[in-house]
Amino acid sequence: MEKVKQKDLILYSGLIILGLAAPYLFSAFKVQLTYLCVLIVLAMTWNLQGGEMGYNTFGNILFYGLGMYLTASVQVGMFFPLAEWTESGGEKTFVHTTAQYFQGIGVGLLVSAIVPAIIAGAIGYAILGLRGHYFAICTLGLGIAAGEIAGGIEIIGAGQGFTTPPFPAEIVDTEARGKFFYFLSFALLVGTFIFVKYIYGSRFRLILNAIRDNEDKAEAMGIQTMKYKIVGWMCSAFFCGLAGGIMGGLIGYIDSTDVAFDGREMGVFMVLMAILGGKGTLWGPVIGATLFHFFKEGLWTLILGWQYVALGVLIVVIVVYFPEGLMGWLREKYPERFGEVIDEKDRKAQVELK
Amino acid sequence: MDFLIFKAPMLMVQASLDGILLGILFALIAYGMALQWGVMNIINIAQGDLVILGGYIAYTIYLWGIHPAWGVIISPIIMFFVGWALYKLVINKVVDRDLFISILATFGIAIVFQQLMNFIFGADVVVAQSEYGTTMLFDNSVTLPNSKIFSAFISVLYAIALVIYMRKSKLGRAIRATAQNARAAKILGVDTEKVYAATFGINAALCGIAGALISITLTLHPYVGLPYTVRSFMIVIVAGLGNLPAVAVSGMGLGLFEEFADYILGTEFRIGAVFLLLVLILVYRRFKLSKKREYLK
Repeated sequence: MEKVKQKDLILYSGLIILGLAAPYLFSAFKVQLTYLCVLIVLAMTWNLQGGEMGYNTFGNILFYGLGMYLTASVQVGMFFPLAEWTESGGEKTFVHTTAQYFQGIGVGLLVSAIVPAIIAGAIGYAILGLRGHYFAICTLGLGIAAGEIAGGIEIIGAGQGFTTPPFPAEIVDTEARGKFFYFLSFALLVGTFIFVKYIYGSRFRLILNAIRDNEDKAEAMGIQTMKYKIVGWMCSAFFCGLAGGIMGGLIGYIDSTDVAFDGREMGVFMVLMAILGGKGTLWGPVIGATLFHFFKEGLWTLILGWQYVALGVLIVVIVVYFPEGLMGWLREKYPERFGEVIDEKDRKAQVELK
Repeated sequence: MDFLIFKAPMLMVQASLDGILLGILFALIAYGMALQWGVMNIINIAQGDLVILGGYIAYTIYLWGIHPAWGVIISPIIMFFVGWALYKLVINKVVDRDLFISILATFGIAIVFQQLMNFIFGADVVVAQSEYGTTMLFDNSVTLPNSKIFSAFISVLYAIALVIYMRKSKLGRAIRATAQNARAAKILGVDTEKVYAATFGINAALCGIAGALISITLTLHPYVGLPYTVRSFMIVIVAGLGNLPAVAVSGMGLGLFEEFADYILGTEFRIGAVFLLLVLILVYRRFKLSKKREYLK
């Protein structure tokens, strides 16, 4: 036991050092690295629903988009009239000072974490009562409806989009913006990982798994499944909202259907990454997201114009041929590495039974 | 927001007629979805994109100088083979699996279709001109494009033809037998693999007809497929599988809802209203069933 812990310690400290050093080592790829952190966060939180709880949601994009709009709105609304800002080029008339910018984004991120979690709790009772594919389609509808409705609301820019406050001009260091967003997203990633790892060691995860494997039986055992489902969804919403807020600041421009409630890209990516890595595992979504991001960034420029075709084909191939993902495949191959003890006698007996 | 519709009763007549004629078209797509859902137990997210592809086939023959109404014959024939090929390539691998696999896989197909259509036909909104003119009703206060009447008529015609085919023909009987119990049908000598392929082909052909009709009554764009999928999904969960009259009625109900939502909320919220209605219907049914301690299956 002692030995394993030491190994873990080396692994984690190594990863954290790598994470902290990354923007200096790969200075040109700061934006990509920020993306990677956010993608991992989204995949890990999706995994809480899809992998652990068995509720395949397309709706986490709702919280992501909500967080994006909330952060930007708070950041602007705290100091300037929001309607004038979004109407036409407010970002040119009103300029955030450095202090205002960071205060705004701090409060904005706080709001964008709490409000989506509250909304998840509020709609959770209604939505999480659906099961299986009804839940999947319902959340798909929810995400798209949110995008369409956000595209019709004037105060957040409607169809023409919402420009988030530009990084304060008083900071002369050109690298500062990239570093700021990278470290923000890296902090979020570390926080999410610690949280998810904590969940993986807790009773909460066992309850989620019980819900996934047989909800009726779990209920019969006296577990108040609805309570746990809602709490699980609220946790996801919390981190998705934060991820959205950071992304909004990084991209600098929010469009209702193409950036915020982007069910066609982000909404699918998070599902795909979790499945690619292996759902229902701690490291699966992390590995899946990393692989997917490298694959995407490497391929996207090579096949310009065809990237969506490639994405669609990739989805079909992964879903049809590797539904267990990378971790599932590894688990099949090296079960002893995953702490599964195989009793040779027992295995033989099972073979004979067949 | 001004509620013009409540001040002018003629607008209500206009919206109702538009809604009902549109709803018949939706019902045709929904019937295809109910068919494949009932027989193969898959949910096809690419349904709407098959519709749009069918529409583009009709639009292409319109560009060649043939009247687009011929699309309702040519498009289903081509789409049948597209559906068949799609089944052989992808769908046959997801038939017996978890429904979520089919949702995701067809989602992938939908993305591929959208993008390919975007390449081939361009990203512009197009419409095939049928030049059927319009009918004026009630002292010219209600205008009704004849193409809409034509499309409703054709939809009903095809639906009746399909029902008769499913009742009388050998393949129709095989499809219904497979829907009831695939294993028993297999034991009794039905080639279920072929039945599945034919079912998916028929579904695609229905989408082709609907698409051809949409190309002359509404507009086509590579990315508007998903709302059609959601509409048909909604109609199916309200009407149930394999209940054609209920499908027709709920299709018209949806058409009415949309037209009225369009007038009352504004066109920019139309699609949003459709998706919200889906959520509301599902939530309503969930609460109704949870009183009996059941859930949607």
